[in-house]
Amino acid sequence: MLMALHVERRETPAFSDMDNSQKNEPKVKVDRASAKLSLVHIYVAYIGFAIAILCGLLQGLVRGGIMTLPSWLNYYQILTAHGVLLGLVFTTFFIVGFFLSGCARTSGGSLSPMARKLGWIGWYLMTIGTVMATIAILANTSNVLYTFYAPMKASPFFYIGAALLVVGSWFGGYAIFNNYINWRKQNLGKTSPLFQYMAVATMILWQIATLGVAAEVLLQLIPWSLGLVPDVNVLLSRTLFWYFGHPLVYFWLMPAYVCWYVNIPKIIGGKIFSASLARLSFILLILFSIPVGFHHQLMEPGISDKWKLLHVILTLTVVLPSLMTAFSLFAVFETTGRKKGAKGLFGWFKKLPWNDARFFGPMLGMLAFIPAGAGGIINASNQMNAVVHNTIWVTGHFHLTVGTSIALTFFGISYWLIPSLTGRIMTKALHRVAILQAVMWTFGMAIMSGAMHYLGLQGVPRRTDYTTYFDHPEALSWIRPQALMGMGGAVLFFAGVLLVGIIVYLVFYAPKGEEEYPISETQDAEERTPKILERWSLWLGIAAFLIIVAYAYPIYQLIDHSPPGSQPFITW
Amino acid sequence: MHLHRFEKIWLMVGGATLVLFLVVLSVNAYAMGMMPPSHMKMIDPNKVDETAPFDNPGLHETGENEYDLVMSSMVFAFQPNQVEVPVGAKVKFIVTSKDVVHGFQIPKTNVNIMVLPGHISEVTHTFDEPGTYLIICNEYCGSGHQIMAATIIVK
Repeated sequence: MLMALHVERRETPAFSDMDNSQKNEPKVKVDRASAKLSLVHIYVAYIGFAIAILCGLLQGLVRGGIMTLPSWLNYYQILTAHGVLLGLVFTTFFIVGFFLSGCARTSGGSLSPMARKLGWIGWYLMTIGTVMATIAILANTSNVLYTFYAPMKASPFFYIGAALLVVGSWFGGYAIFNNYINWRKQNLGKTSPLFQYMAVATMILWQIATLGVAAEVLLQLIPWSLGLVPDVNVLLSRTLFWYFGHPLVYFWLMPAYVCWYVNIPKIIGGKIFSASLARLSFILLILFSIPVGFHHQLMEPGISDKWKLLHVILTLTVVLPSLMTAFSLFAVFETTGRKKGAKGLFGWFKKLPWNDARFFGPMLGMLAFIPAGAGGIINASNQMNAVVHNTIWVTGHFHLTVGTSIALTFFGISYWLIPSLTGRIMTKALHRVAILQAVMWTFGMAIMSGAMHYLGLQGVPRRTDYTTYFDHPEALSWIRPQALMGMGGAVLFFAGVLLVGIIVYLVFYAPKGEEEYPISETQDAEERTPKILERWSLWLGIAAFLIIVAYAYPIYQLIDHSPPGSQPFITW
Repeated sequence: MHLHRFEKIWLMVGGATLVLFLVVLSVNAYAMGMMPPSHMKMIDPNKVDETAPFDNPGLHETGENEYDLVMSSMVFAFQPNQVEVPVGAKVKFIVTSKDVVHGFQIPKTNVNIMVLPGHISEVTHTFDEPGTYLIICNEYCGSGHQIMAATIIVK
């Protein structure tokens, strides 16, 4: 009897879409070649994740005064590893892998042969770069954190590794572009699939954004770290970094939006609210995420306050696409709930599939984005920034955004992406474990990030080893909340281990079967998408114009009126 | 492109809030002079000790209970690392770096500036309450970053 139940469970995923109106549509499966390409990205992402959470646990415990590191391990070394592996490696690999699979899924199941080739080139470059940078960090030659601010000098291996990671991700983007162009050639006059459109928009943003860090690393830091040029223009290097550093967070966010706009409606048995608005919000994100980097440099000398204010205004404009997204998502939730018979103003809330891990984690992520966004408005405001700049408040902020909203969404994506690509299923029991994981993650993060926000307001610096500043009474009063922060980190670590366990199970041990790759349709099939949204040359032109307005003159000034450059320093 | 009526209202309220917020921000910045510290003066980072005013770091009285505090920062210290001022002192901090990027922050005040080699940062603060104030480096600068601090005693 038990056997029979087990056999039966092998064939049905925990949640089928039988109640959907899309029964007639044949299920599109991602073919083996495209699935393999996507999966190798996901694997590297989670290997990086596993190492990074161990580093995170150690940092939390050290900073909380709960343990000390052995003499052969440096706090700033594991901090560098944690930031690089989560901020750059986990995210970039996951995003490229997710997009490649979705582009295949919306192109009849297969990527174009050229796209597959480009995708593999990108994966090899990114992986080689990651290995190089990781070795450089482990060898204690590059304790420069993931922002690698000059004139601290890392090993050339670190910079070259970082450059390969970025260039590799460009090839991932070329793969997505190639597949999209191919689709449009084969479907003349038709509106492109929303998933592909969003993937293309995200990768366009990424190409534009990474030009800054590529210029910094290739033109400034690599020649300087090799000793070919004696000194470096520090402020220029920081400006180029933050030209990249802010859109980087949108590069993390937009794939989560893709899940929320395209995958989640299908998972909850609803439809996309409006595809045109979704497209418009992505265009606005491209336009308003790049010419804004000075809001990371508000407290710096050498950049005039008027240019800073312009960037602050452009930064805050991104509120608009965020509000559009929030409206669309909750509109889907409400209309779906009402179709299922929900009554009253908020009855639809109960009709949401709370026992489905594909929905539960990303939903917690969406809710976390509300306080996270409010914190972001504080950070970007040119006056309030003086209170929080470089304090651990900022660390608390991005652990809510990328560490909660985006991370929980990526976990939720993994729960259908991996089994649908490996030909396995996410069982009901696994859904329960995954929901427990999401609850633990959110709980740990609430404690850790909450403590960080509180401590930041007291003036506690970020990126700092355990210290009492020679037993200064003020610094001593920070230790208890820091211990609380460390305990939140420990909860997060266990939640992370649980996640890695689920991922390993999904890859190697979950029952064989067919897990659905959820791609939603729009509510109004008749809705025509304005053609102008797909005229990329127009949007690229406006983006270029805004970037020139925001950066051309300041960068010209930074080069023209620069102080004597800085020699390299190794300070660890 | 069709916009739902509720969405129009939602975006108009959101947009109006944004505009109001930006107006408040700009009034603060321009009418009330609360621009972020953006000092434009430069210095040769290799010759800090020979260049005025950093050839003579320390506290210099410039008016009635008004001071310039000239500080150079280096791994992993500020120079000078302890000064005393009377209650009510208005202190202008003039800071630069002799090596890597540092931070300069006095917790529980709005004093929070980046210190970049090649640039001079300035920020002014009035100390109305007596106490021992901590100045800390809040930008990672190397293995001893966590001990980089100084104190201001306000009596």
